[in-house]
Amino acid sequence: MTNHARSLFVALVVLFLAAPLIIVAGVSLNAEKQLLFPPRGLSLAWYVELFREPEWLNAVKNSLIIAVLSAALAVSIAFPLAYFMWRHRVWYAKALFALGLAPFTLPPVITALGFLVFWVSTGFYGQMIATLISHAIFFVTLPLVTISLGLESIDHQLIEASQVMGADDRTVFRTVILPLVRPYLISGYAFAFVLSLNEYIVAYMVAGFTVETLPIKIFNSLRYGYTPVMASVAVVFILIAILVFGLIARFGDLPKLLGAWSQKET
Amino acid sequence: MTRPASAPAADAMHLPGAAAGAPPISASLRRHLPLIYPAVMLGVFFVVPFGIMLAVSFFHRVEGAFYEPAFELANYARFLTPFFGKALAFSVWISALAAAIVISVSFPFTYLLTRMGRQAQVGFLVFILAVLSLSEVIIAFSWSSLLSRTAGVSNLLYFVGLLSQPVAWTPSFGALLVGLCYLCFPYSVLVLYPALSRLDPELPEASRMLGASPLRTFFSVVVPVLRRSIISALVMMFVFNLGAFLLPQVLGQPEHWTLSVLITDQAVFQSNIPFAAAMAVFLMLVCLVLVGLTLMFGQERKAAAP
Repeated sequence: MTNHARSLFVALVVLFLAAPLIIVAGVSLNAEKQLLFPPRGLSLAWYVELFREPEWLNAVKNSLIIAVLSAALAVSIAFPLAYFMWRHRVWYAKALFALGLAPFTLPPVITALGFLVFWVSTGFYGQMIATLISHAIFFVTLPLVTISLGLESIDHQLIEASQVMGADDRTVFRTVILPLVRPYLISGYAFAFVLSLNEYIVAYMVAGFTVETLPIKIFNSLRYGYTPVMASVAVVFILIAILVFGLIARFGDLPKLLGAWSQKET
Repeated sequence: MTRPASAPAADAMHLPGAAAGAPPISASLRRHLPLIYPAVMLGVFFVVPFGIMLAVSFFHRVEGAFYEPAFELANYARFLTPFFGKALAFSVWISALAAAIVISVSFPFTYLLTRMGRQAQVGFLVFILAVLSLSEVIIAFSWSSLLSRTAGVSNLLYFVGLLSQPVAWTPSFGALLVGLCYLCFPYSVLVLYPALSRLDPELPEASRMLGASPLRTFFSVVVPVLRRSIISALVMMFVFNLGAFLLPQVLGQPEHWTLSVLITDQAVFQSNIPFAAAMAVFLMLVCLVLVGLTLMFGQERKAAAP
């Protein structure tokens, strides 16, 4: 493969990944309420409608509440589990850890249906708390993985040193472990937050008819006809994702976070 | 309260049983304290729902209501119908095909990505993560626009004269296949990224020094060394594709509905939760067997590594 062929290959893959996003961005700028590309006339009216139309605003509000809280809940479950697993590698911690990885490994429909029957049985079907807790469990895998990576990367000598100097467990945790693991906690939260914003099937199955999140709202509009507002939602979502992951890359080590060894060269 | 500072520092990293003498109950309880909350949360909100779902899959469906407790295999017996068999065969076929296409593109792509400089890598990774996080709803909508008659690429081909008129390419098998590839491509890059970025750079260098072309180096050194990662990535993408449930509805015809779509349809629109649960249990078993096989495969690799 020559350099040109290599660049061409990478460019084609990027084009494939970017093409639908470009179309959607173009469509969202249409002046008329039609699905047209290239757009006829430029207008930001559909972005304004997203934040002014009560229906869409309500979906924005639901999505944000669910994403902010469920990501926090997911981190609160993942952190002690990852910590315990790291301190004591006992079989029941490993089993629980594997359980935490399961929701993300299985096809989401299965987990979603499990949640559906659970919330129907407990009487919370159709309420926001059902979506919120389901999302926290569904996305617990992400903070679990990032926090474990963070804990694994802690140099044991640091902990030993602080213990030799007389720090008790609590002090070691507060002054050594927590600061070192913080970037991984934040990225775990960010992953869970962004994915919760975008999640459809679980939200739909546990409360789709009463608690409309943005993805549900988009799909409902898609089914009953077309409105360019959904294109503008898509663009906003892409921008949020780029912003969040860009911030993680800016303040953390993204390649390391995704499993590469720390880079020696370049 | 004993101060751990007096104990050898390494003890903190060891199994509870490794400490000299059995710890008093309260100390053991205190140590397990952080585990209680995650155990309760995962137990109540993940294990219990699965238990209920398993039970419901044997329940009796009640028209107009949800279901009533019973023990019948009728829901599982419906698997033997040609309708279900066709849906299963189609799900397996298109998921496997999309997984194979995606890995054959994403593996060389990820390889090239890991050879780039750090700044470029970070830029690409942010982009890949942004695409990864996109909702299936948005992907379905974007591709249906891209392949549509009014806003799609066929306009472009019409404009340059390759087509006599713009055409709609969706819904169709091809549209669904492209959609699935798009859905799992970023995921496959992230799955392959650790293995490829940990690949010893001296390995391809040695092959290059011995006179092999880059292409030959890639196929006769990089691919064989990482064949186990490739296979586990293939299985993961297959399972991931089985989970797609919106793309088949938007980009495919009704005959392109996969098991995931049928499960949603039965649960939400037909209100036949017992049958949906039985299908979900079946799908879960298929996935667990596949993931289990992959894990065994991975462990073999660890044992074989020097």
